[in-house]
Amino acid sequence: MAKFEKKRGKTSPAISTASLPDIIFMLLFFFMTVTVMRNSTLKVDVNIPEATELTKLEKKSLVNFVFIGKPMKQYQAVRGTSPQLQLGDKFSSISEIPVFLEKHRAKVPEKQRSMIISSLKIDSKVTMGIVSDVKDQLRKSEQLKVNYSAKARAGDKYK
Amino acid sequence: MARKSSKDRVSNEVNAGSMADIAFLLLIFFLVTTTMDQDKGVLVRLPPWSDEKPESERLASRRVLSVLVNSNDELLVRGEMADINALRSRTKEFIMNPNKRDDMPKEPKDAIISLMNDRGTHYAKYLAVYNELKAAYNELYDEEAQRRYGKPFEKLSKSKQKLIKKIIPLVLSEAESTNYGEEDK
Repeated sequence: MAKFEKKRGKTSPAISTASLPDIIFMLLFFFMTVTVMRNSTLKVDVNIPEATELTKLEKKSLVNFVFIGKPMKQYQAVRGTSPQLQLGDKFSSISEIPVFLEKHRAKVPEKQRSMIISSLKIDSKVTMGIVSDVKDQLRKSEQLKVNYSAKARAGDKYK
Repeated sequence: MARKSSKDRVSNEVNAGSMADIAFLLLIFFLVTTTMDQDKGVLVRLPPWSDEKPESERLASRRVLSVLVNSNDELLVRGEMADINALRSRTKEFIMNPNKRDDMPKEPKDAIISLMNDRGTHYAKYLAVYNELKAAYNELYDEEAQRRYGKPFEKLSKSKQKLIKKIIPLVLSEAESTNYGEEDK
């Protein structure tokens, strides 16, 4: 009995940190695989509406984003408060859409070009005028697959 | 000789103490840049662009369910004011025509939904209406799948899904939007 007590008191209980890098690396790899780089900083306010019939966008490389919304506060002095179009990370006019789509298309392998989806992130308060113009321009540039970005609405998928 | 061997022993081990720090640094970087939210939305196939205007007399026939959303976000289905909550069941009834009415299509594949909006319609309302129309079709797909195979639509194989979509094709035409209520802010 006495022997045991003596031993316990003497040895310092050092926890081995040798496996710490491994654990961290594991976490690191996890985050590396799930990371999607945000390539565009938003300059317009976009608060997407809610819907129930949602489809997930699978391949990020096949998606291009079109934002429509009111310019954010710091740009309102120059841009006004009416809804604006943002392509990539700058304000654009509707006539710039074909060039924007073509630039994205060039990055995608030829086989997958028919699978490109345009994700429209549009603020719910925007009126349809600018949206229709964008839609027409997309149709003219033969970008027919479109995804109206929306949040899942609470409640059942089928009422 | 003896000296050399001791040197070897020393350089045998790479100091791995900073490994954790490096890994931490990378970890924090990826933590910050990660966006976990998945992109979701209502998938739509736009009709190809054509310069001809769609025939307007087509809109009067029994095959067409015209849905209008005006600049006050009010809904007009076949010329009558309607509630968005009833739109889904109404669309389903129109497509399937269970009572064989004269003013509804003979077969589901004849049905055409015509959606029209004003330039002043709010996007949220437009998407809500679109969502209801799409939901109607999705419910019909599900019902058809249950009836034929006793399984929900999503669990069917790709070819069976295609078959059902052929029986009830989603035909949604969007006419050019009117311009009565757009605000020029």
